Amino acid sequence: MRKPTVTPGFFHQALTITRRDLLRERRSGEVMWVTLPFGAIALLLVPLAIGTDAPTLQRIGPGMFWVIVMLFGVLIAIRQTNAETTAQRDLVALTGLDPAAIFVGKAVASFLLLLVFEAVLGVVTIALYDVELIGWVILPVVLVLAAAGLALLGTLAAGIVATGRSGAALVPLLVAPMSVPILLGATQALDAIRLDRSSISWVLMMTIVVLLLAVVGVLSSRPLQETG
Amino acid sequence: MSPSPTLIDLEEVSVRAGAVRILQNVSLNVGPGDAVGVFGPNGAGKTTLLRLIAALQPPASGKCSVLGADLASAAKYDVRHRIGYIGHTPGLYPELTLRENLAFVADARGLDASQALRSLELVGLGGAADRRVDHCSHGMQRRAEFARVLMTEPEVLLLDEPHSALDVDAIELVDGLVHRTLERGGAAVLVSHDRDRVNSLATRSHEIKDGTLL
Repeated sequence: MRKPTVTPGFFHQALTITRRDLLRERRSGEVMWVTLPFGAIALLLVPLAIGTDAPTLQRIGPGMFWVIVMLFGVLIAIRQTNAETTAQRDLVALTGLDPAAIFVGKAVASFLLLLVFEAVLGVVTIALYDVELIGWVILPVVLVLAAAGLALLGTLAAGIVATGRSGAALVPLLVAPMSVPILLGATQALDAIRLDRSSISWVLMMTIVVLLLAVVGVLSSRPLQETG
Repeated sequence: MSPSPTLIDLEEVSVRAGAVRILQNVSLNVGPGDAVGVFGPNGAGKTTLLRLIAALQPPASGKCSVLGADLASAAKYDVRHRIGYIGHTPGLYPELTLRENLAFVADARGLDASQALRSLELVGLGGAADRRVDHCSHGMQRRAEFARVLMTEPEVLLLDEPHSALDVDAIELVDGLVHRTLERGGAAVLVSHDRDRVNSLATRSHEIKDGTLL
């Protein structure tokens, strides 16, 4: 009786969700045309406020970059909190997609958006603060780990919030403390390079946080879908 | 999972939302070729009944089996994609076109993406396939939902107020969708206020009142 179908594999399922999320972002432009310009404006406001003293700007530039990435990056990561209605969640559940694949697909979409966000803000920071680029090997690793950590954290928080009645109000309380190890790891790893010290321990800490978030997200995806 | 002649089997099932009991000791048995109409006032538990059968609402107690899978177990994940549910609110993504919405479902189900357009043509939306959902009327969105269900050919069809906000042509689409499901050996449950319309499709009907199926 049934139309013969081939159940897609895990990664195909995750890719289906990633494509959907990126297509929705391309149409709505929420990240690229709203969040990203606000992030760039925030970076611009500091030199306007404290003046154009080059050494001062060079010194605070990297710190400002990470603060803005964390503040606005969290907004990108948690955008999915309100992105899906109950009817849309029902539809996805009835497609039979593996909840773990849904989690991975959403996290990958957020990760890619955060990478673009970091890249654009990085260029803005270099241009405005005249920051010297150091750590050509470690810097991309740190940027990737920070994006992955924030993406996983936001996806997990969105899943938790969808289960309760507290709504988006709970998101900052969940995400802010958890993003501290990511921010700390990123700034300290780059500081270590600047001071000619090893940054491996900080990169390792970020990697562990990312892996922990990934494992918790995948394992909790099914119960979270059920109670959502 | 052994094949079962009963597609939907509810025995003394209750559903709670916190302290509130929404469904109470509901028993319902639906076999292949059955179309069951369920009528009742607002808040009686009609939508919850459909969401329970669709494995979207967990039961608090009782035995609940759909397509041979116990909905209290992980087996429900294996049957969810064989259930077609159209609720009150369309589950379409407003930023995407009608075709992209259906292509997403086709991709998730391992179907050919071309089936999205074919299904939209079947419901008379072929010409609007590339129109964004937020530029479509509510009636067009409802039609697109029917196209989605047509494309996935579910064995259990669950329709919540299927005839509301539809023109005459679209009402015929709903009826055709139900007939098509039953002819394939599937079953349908329709909850509605429109008794006449649903009774013309249903093989039997029930009243639901204060969460109790009569």
